[in-house]
Amino acid sequence: MTKLLSPANKKVLFLGNEAIARGALEAGASVAAAYPGTPSSEVIESLSHVARERNLYVEWSVNEKVALEVAAAASFAGLRSMAVMKQNGVNVASDFLLHLTASGTRGGIVLVSCEDPGALSSVNEGESRYFASMLEMPLLEPSNFQEAKDLTRWAFELSEAIGNVVMLRSVTRMSHASGNVICGKLPVKTRRAAFTYDGPVMDSQTGPMISTPVVAKHLLHQKKLKVVEALFEKSPFNRYIGAAKPELLIITSSACFLYAEEAVGMLGLQKRVGILKLGTTWPLPPKLLEKNLRRTDRILIVEEVMPFLEENVKVLASGMTKRIGMKTFFGKYDETLPAAGELNPDIVAGAIGSILNVRRKALPDAYVAESKKAAALIPPREQTFCAGCPHRASFWNIHNAIALDGRKGFVCGDIGCYSMAALSPAAGYHTMPTLHSMGSGTGLASGFAKLTQFGLDKPILTVCGDSTFYHAVIPALINAQHNLANITFIVLDNQGTAMTGFQPHPGLEVSALRDVVPAVEIAAICEAIGAKVAVSDPFDLAATGKILTSFLAEKGSVKVLILRQACALSPEKKGKKTFDVKVNEDLCLGDACGCNRLCTRIFRCPALTWDRTKKKAVVDEVICAGCGVCASICPQQAIMKSQGI
Amino acid sequence: MKMKTKARKVTKNLILTGVGGQGNVMASRTLAGMLVDAGYIVTIGETFGMSQRGGSVMSHLRISPDAVKSPQIPRGGADVIVALEPLEALRVLTVYGNPQVHVLSNSRPVYPIGVITGELNYPSDEAIESAFDRLSARFWMVDATSVGLQLGNPVLSNIVMIGALAKTGLLPFDRRMFEKEIRKTLTPDKCTVNLKAFDAGAAMIK
Repeated sequence: MTKLLSPANKKVLFLGNEAIARGALEAGASVAAAYPGTPSSEVIESLSHVARERNLYVEWSVNEKVALEVAAAASFAGLRSMAVMKQNGVNVASDFLLHLTASGTRGGIVLVSCEDPGALSSVNEGESRYFASMLEMPLLEPSNFQEAKDLTRWAFELSEAIGNVVMLRSVTRMSHASGNVICGKLPVKTRRAAFTYDGPVMDSQTGPMISTPVVAKHLLHQKKLKVVEALFEKSPFNRYIGAAKPELLIITSSACFLYAEEAVGMLGLQKRVGILKLGTTWPLPPKLLEKNLRRTDRILIVEEVMPFLEENVKVLASGMTKRIGMKTFFGKYDETLPAAGELNPDIVAGAIGSILNVRRKALPDAYVAESKKAAALIPPREQTFCAGCPHRASFWNIHNAIALDGRKGFVCGDIGCYSMAALSPAAGYHTMPTLHSMGSGTGLASGFAKLTQFGLDKPILTVCGDSTFYHAVIPALINAQHNLANITFIVLDNQGTAMTGFQPHPGLEVSALRDVVPAVEIAAICEAIGAKVAVSDPFDLAATGKILTSFLAEKGSVKVLILRQACALSPEKKGKKTFDVKVNEDLCLGDACGCNRLCTRIFRCPALTWDRTKKKAVVDEVICAGCGVCASICPQQAIMKSQGI
Repeated sequence: MKMKTKARKVTKNLILTGVGGQGNVMASRTLAGMLVDAGYIVTIGETFGMSQRGGSVMSHLRISPDAVKSPQIPRGGADVIVALEPLEALRVLTVYGNPQVHVLSNSRPVYPIGVITGELNYPSDEAIESAFDRLSARFWMVDATSVGLQLGNPVLSNIVMIGALAKTGLLPFDRRMFEKEIRKTLTPDKCTVNLKAFDAGAAMIK
């Protein structure tokens, strides 16, 4: 039996995301939809494994907006549902979300946003907490693993109590951290789906699900927030830890609570510093705030990325000044805490120390000096494509075609492992100078291609992954084709949503529930648009190079090259080598070759290393994935590949 | 030798480090699973996704008798560092080390790209061992990758390291707990090879 279905009262180790999934199961959720994105993917992933046992419909949707729409339909039909996404996914879903909060909902519906302060696995550190205040929906933030489960379960009840969507926000250090959770009861699910819509227009429980009449419904929506506020005043997810009258009050939420608690312990200040931990962060409960702000005159707000909590606390405090007196606030506005990036116990301890003039016990000076000496020896380990990654071969092809063309063409980048071509430019052979949101590579390429009349006349290329293609590229591609944008559009088709853990996408004949479903083919869509389409294997350098070279020279609008080769880490490939690859030391001329170490200096595969004693290339058998591409790049043919291991 | 499995009163901080793809996450979950069953409150902090592609990976394990801890260990706060790659052991040691820390490291390097291209230098074995010596209370270097290769898969080096860790007695777990933990998820033949790796690791600690 899977851990996610553990019986009530059992203590288990859950990933934060598994705890959220368990919370949804305990709430009796019927529908869960998401688009994968780190650090959110494991919520749906783990639910998909228990979907049959729990009579749950689980879907990897084409993008976050559609995921939320799928979840909303279930809510409208009276079922409990959930949509899960990473921080920037909320931006994608936000247009529908604006209208959803206005129309109201029926069955409990929870939007889970797992965010990435410090951008550990993102190209942004977007903040979705502001969506909670902007679109006026309750916001819950768990600060440990038990709470991740319990708050998720409660979020469904809250959503039903107010007839509107509730947002639960996690962060990487919650979602991808693990801890003990005591399981609750899994309910017997009895709800049937039924959608009624013949009631009065102002009754969202029986009438049509629409956002009009806008102002009347907006006022109704805001009235319900008063109910939320009252519930938040009594919520057990908000609590104060510390002396009745501390010198400093910390107000915090999420993983930051754990950092704050650790920092206070590190400094030994448990008697002098109190912590108000909030699990309900919008709308803030004013009475609870007032009671706690009275404890002291110095307040430190500990939160990551934007000063959302700080602003909301200050607004409430300013309205209470007559009763609670003037306060001194520390946080991001006064630069006590950094304005960007993630926090940790050391940063928080530094902030507390600076306010109270206390210093942490330091390591012995001699140790610190030795440590510094050792640190100077350590080379950085830059991110790179894995051994056997098809993207390395694809960018090798792209780089060579651009060089051969000679007009200094460039690639507009997109979101996936191949983003590394921009993040570590040498990994992409310095071909990819732009990187923004999903699908924006194609939109940018469409725009660059229209600048010829202003003097920008060079080949414009763009890349996207197979999953990204469906998520957000199609409108941009239609735009390019229709507006005669001469672009070479390359799909890096590695047969799955590889970066987030091989979730299926619409191009595959398998669903999240492992059912057989119709595949929607990328080539067929591109052909239907009217684009010229070719398919190649990126490991076949000669064939791929030929197509790319002719595409770059060609006039017209969109030319599509689908480079198809499964990810080296995909379940069907992992641990299996297609080729046994070795360097023939007699053929490798080393530094005398004249290739200037093309294999190790330029190609940069982690499995192809340089023996500094022999001054020859050598394949590391532990790391080599056996793709055999390096055998095609050696001018001496010293890298030998043989089939059949 | 009998394993020390009696309950501890203070939080033990362990950092498990290596390079993406070395089985770091699996190792940390296995360790944590055993310790949760033994009654501890365990918090693991880790990152995975894009951050692991060819880069350094790190799991922070907090083993507490009574409370959930920050998923990030404070600087200078490690009690034990277990590394699947020696350079990563050193990287973690220079940030989270202290005079009382114990280090258990695999000896086989995975070269960073900058070293492969010739732009950067990988420190010599002697330089690494000398730094371990100066920056830890005690350290062990074991060739876990070779054992993994002998057993048919280099990724088993993570289990070799767990076996070695058990033998050091630094954490409250033993072979019986390990076996119970892996039987939850692995097939019987996989359990057999994992136990072999565990035993081989334990045998490397004198």
